[in-house]
Amino acid sequence: MAVDDVSLQVRVGEIFTLVGPNGAGKTTTIECMEGLRTPDSGSIRVLGLDPRKDKRQVRSRVGMQLQESALQPHMKVWEACDLFSSFYPRPVDWQALLDRLGLSEKRDTVFAKLSGGQKQRLYVALALVNDPEVVFLDELTTGLDPQARHAIWDLVLEIKKRGKTVLLTTHYMEEAARLSDRVAILDAGKIVALDSPDNLVKDLTAEERMTFAAVSSLEPFQPALVRSVPGVTRVEADGDKVAVYGTGESLVAGVVGALSSAGVKFTDLRSERPSLEDVFLARTGKRIRREEGGR
Amino acid sequence: MSQSLRAFRKLAWVEMKLYLRESIATFFTLGFPMMLLLMFGSIYGNKPTPIFGGYGTVDVSVPSYATMIIGTTGLMSLVPTIASYRERGILRRFSTTPIGPMVFLAAEVSVLFVMTVAGMALLVATAKVVYGLRFMGNVLSVGAAFVLTCLSFYSLGFLMSALLPTYRTASTVTMVVFYPMLFMSGAGIPRELLPAWMRKAAEIFPMTHAVTLLKGLWFGEPWSKFGREVAMLTAVLVVGTVASSRLFRWD
Repeated sequence: MAVDDVSLQVRVGEIFTLVGPNGAGKTTTIECMEGLRTPDSGSIRVLGLDPRKDKRQVRSRVGMQLQESALQPHMKVWEACDLFSSFYPRPVDWQALLDRLGLSEKRDTVFAKLSGGQKQRLYVALALVNDPEVVFLDELTTGLDPQARHAIWDLVLEIKKRGKTVLLTTHYMEEAARLSDRVAILDAGKIVALDSPDNLVKDLTAEERMTFAAVSSLEPFQPALVRSVPGVTRVEADGDKVAVYGTGESLVAGVVGALSSAGVKFTDLRSERPSLEDVFLARTGKRIRREEGGR
Repeated sequence: MSQSLRAFRKLAWVEMKLYLRESIATFFTLGFPMMLLLMFGSIYGNKPTPIFGGYGTVDVSVPSYATMIIGTTGLMSLVPTIASYRERGILRRFSTTPIGPMVFLAAEVSVLFVMTVAGMALLVATAKVVYGLRFMGNVLSVGAAFVLTCLSFYSLGFLMSALLPTYRTASTVTMVVFYPMLFMSGAGIPRELLPAWMRKAAEIFPMTHAVTLLKGLWFGEPWSKFGREVAMLTAVLVVGTVASSRLFRWD
């Protein structure tokens, strides 16, 4: 079973993200909502309509970008926009859309000659060509380089700004945290957490970890210097490399204060707040595969 | 203008341009039959000969090649194209829009038909100008048989494309079906030159019946002689249409 007892409600005008590792059931879930797949049981309403029974109506009011699809290899960008516009009663001006997506210069390029990022932007253009109320974006940035991914992120935020509701899937936790108003974390076909990224992280009792290199002196670093700072739970020192663990808003300020009043100089100060990755770890006991997404 | 009609016109127009951009498909539809005609025409000329019932090589070749063009568009071009559209997710993308499968299929059929007619027109014009092609039939009769054969082959093509999941299998199977049919049915080589057993075996191919029908009407024979051929082609059309509309899938 790919998806089991997933229940969720997406609010008008928000970016809602289904996030989870590959095989968690994100695509199955979004395809059921899109009406491309029939669930074995349960009920789905999109804009108050049944995506299977009221197929035509739903499809003229939503936009979809699919994880696996393509266009005819010899079709030019403008032809694709022109063609897909003709499928809808009130299409938007696709020339302006191409401008906004930075594809105007590629108008006469055939699909097969576009880069991965350009193809994705064209898919987004086609998903927006009918001025949809809801936009489904399935694994929009998979396989893109970091630069193209950031450009797509800006685009998604802009879609939201124009008052659309966006339903997104991704296996990049960072992407989910960056874009979403609310996130549902999926694992093995079930929702393991659902809230805004901030709330999910706040709920987490995970410790913050800060590291620095003590530049001082001849003698080794004295962990006792910072151990008494409020919120600190643990200090690990390895030569001049120090890691401090703890909780609370003022952890970093407290540690820095203690160091300066003791006259200890330091460099390379870093602090890592808990992320959605940690939420996933806490809820499932598993690490999400990082080699693809994390940087 | 209704939405479906607008979508149909736009889709047919784009697909037509895409067909012409596929230089191989265009060559086999428009260029190749003409090339064959000029090649055999320059070898045999178009003098009336007894084996062809008093007609010339070019005269008997034109209605046969017409069938070859229909097979080229309806099978060789349609089957792998649709299979690759499905395999690559191109059909899936159409399925996210409000247009239904009928709009898509109608647009595909129109493009194939226009291309088939264009190939036929080039062939007839060349044969007429270069070899003084003889035509003894009724234009409407031959036109009706041509349309029946086209639709019959397209429906067979759609059925095959519904059954063959990938571009590779689709193009392999189509070639395996198409080439023996082309050479044994009389579409590619005059049937009169083939041994009797091969002519007998070729009766299983719809293309054989299409050649018999088109050639007969071309030389002015009456429809009543071709009940069997019409029945065969109609059967293929009905079965192909019903089965392929049931089996059609976007992905």
